[in-house]
Amino acid sequence: MSDITKQSLTELIENIKNKKLSSTDVTKAFIDRSEKSEELNAYITNDFTSALDKAKKFDEKPNLDLKLPGIPMAVKDLFCTKNIKTTAGSKILNNFIPTYESTVTENIWNEGAILLGKLNCDEFAMGSSNETSFFGNVQNPIDKNLVPGGSSGGSASAVAGQLTPITIGTDTGGSIRQPASFTGIVGLKPTYGSCSRYGIVAFASSLDQAGPMAQNVKDCALLYEVISSYDPKDSTSVDFKRNYYSEELTNNIKGKKIGIPKEYRVDGMPKEIEDLWQKGIQYIKDCGAETIDISLPNTSYALPTYYIVAPAEASSNLARYDGVKYGYRAKGENLIDMYEKTRSEGFGAEVQRRIMIGTYVLSSGYYDAYYLKAQKVRKLIKNDFDEVYKKVDAILTPSTPSSAFKIGEKTNDPVSMYLNDIFTVPVNLAGLPGISIPAGHDSKGYPLGLQIIGRAFDEQNILNIAYAMEEKINFKNKLTDWWIK
Amino acid sequence: MSIDLKTIKHISKLSRISVDEQRAKKLAGDLNSIFDFIEKLNELKTDNVEPLTSISKTTLKLRSDEVKSKNIREQIIKNSPQDNEDYFVVPKVIE
Repeated sequence: MSDITKQSLTELIENIKNKKLSSTDVTKAFIDRSEKSEELNAYITNDFTSALDKAKKFDEKPNLDLKLPGIPMAVKDLFCTKNIKTTAGSKILNNFIPTYESTVTENIWNEGAILLGKLNCDEFAMGSSNETSFFGNVQNPIDKNLVPGGSSGGSASAVAGQLTPITIGTDTGGSIRQPASFTGIVGLKPTYGSCSRYGIVAFASSLDQAGPMAQNVKDCALLYEVISSYDPKDSTSVDFKRNYYSEELTNNIKGKKIGIPKEYRVDGMPKEIEDLWQKGIQYIKDCGAETIDISLPNTSYALPTYYIVAPAEASSNLARYDGVKYGYRAKGENLIDMYEKTRSEGFGAEVQRRIMIGTYVLSSGYYDAYYLKAQKVRKLIKNDFDEVYKKVDAILTPSTPSSAFKIGEKTNDPVSMYLNDIFTVPVNLAGLPGISIPAGHDSKGYPLGLQIIGRAFDEQNILNIAYAMEEKINFKNKLTDWWIK
Repeated sequence: MSIDLKTIKHISKLSRISVDEQRAKKLAGDLNSIFDFIEKLNELKTDNVEPLTSISKTTLKLRSDEVKSKNIREQIIKNSPQDNEDYFVVPKVIE
């Protein structure tokens, strides 16, 4: 079977269960393609040798009752993996070997999956183009010199380029959904509290969530089912009744009410995005659901709020990188000098910028004007959603205000880079689930995504809507394999 | 508002990140444009709004204080940037 890497996760599992493929066949195929794909720069660390060993071991005594039986899989390098280097895309963690495993990756290995390696990402997940990684930018398989989005850029590139059948990313302000949209794949940001944050390198603790990225909605539902669990090791983990999301997946969304928020029609939004949105509305109607015009009046305040809350939390979380217990250390004349040089040499420009913003908004005399103000506006944004969910079951918006841009195009203008997340950030601020599905192409042939936002812990509902729409959209990624050596 | 070089130096000190003159100038420019964008929040009246401090409704649970990871001292120390078998080493603090 030469086209193993073209198969979806669901197909691979079926073929392994029917003994048409072994875990070794599948693992070898993805390793082979990953090795030919160095130009994408999707991996930071590979673990191919031990992946093959694990696949062989699996095949000797295959447990086919597991949800991911012998499935190889690479993950974002923000998840701590025991005894395997975890860098968060930063020089400051360049040599960090965790002594523990993140809960979400633990859940994945417990279901029979095998680690292929660690995927590139923006440094500490701070970026929208994967250009802030210490390990270099990542190429988008769609076109050369095109960003894959960020911060889960390596993850998106690896799934779209078929280097891994599925993956997990993290999403603080859009870091799963925006790159999914830029590369023509599916990405889910779960409800805050659904997936444990234990063992994930922290960026902004009140916003961070791990989530699946996949070729299609069914694969995404299955991986979500595996990673979502109640975890006493994360004090914000929520103990709610979890579904068998992939088994309960249905394309029957008749009678569902889907809100269309007028505030997402932003100034300067390309006509192609507006057209895509209208097409999405039509698909929803074709599925027998109803669309309702709604208002989320505080939408335009979401990004400014985010750029106070996220850097504030980041500046606190990143205080731990001091060159003492782990990571990079610069030489200093004394302790303070060592701290200052370590952090100056170890952090990249974007991370330093955000630590400085965060430090400033939390500093004496500015706390009320910025941080407290942002927390109040965050409440208003959440209230907007609470209000509309009295009338609708979900919300449909574009995932991003544009398709993928060129490498280097926005690196000198932080604010224009931040504007990428205009449609995704409100979802994190309100702690809601959101899924991006590929829905069409722009005139350049680049993929465009639509986002479905749900009520808290109502992942099943947005997965169902995405599943129904996916059938109508019938999206195909245009891959030329230009990067293959 | 305007963030000047003096403020940048102050924040850099609080953040324990040393910045040279050139970098400080660049940061001042960046931060000013970001704060111009953030100032938009002042359009909103929020006097009577409760701040949202946590999105999850769960209350923090107590747990017993038990050692779960045993005998990993060696592995932990191994991650330390300065080689030493027993301790984390820092530059001399007391003369």
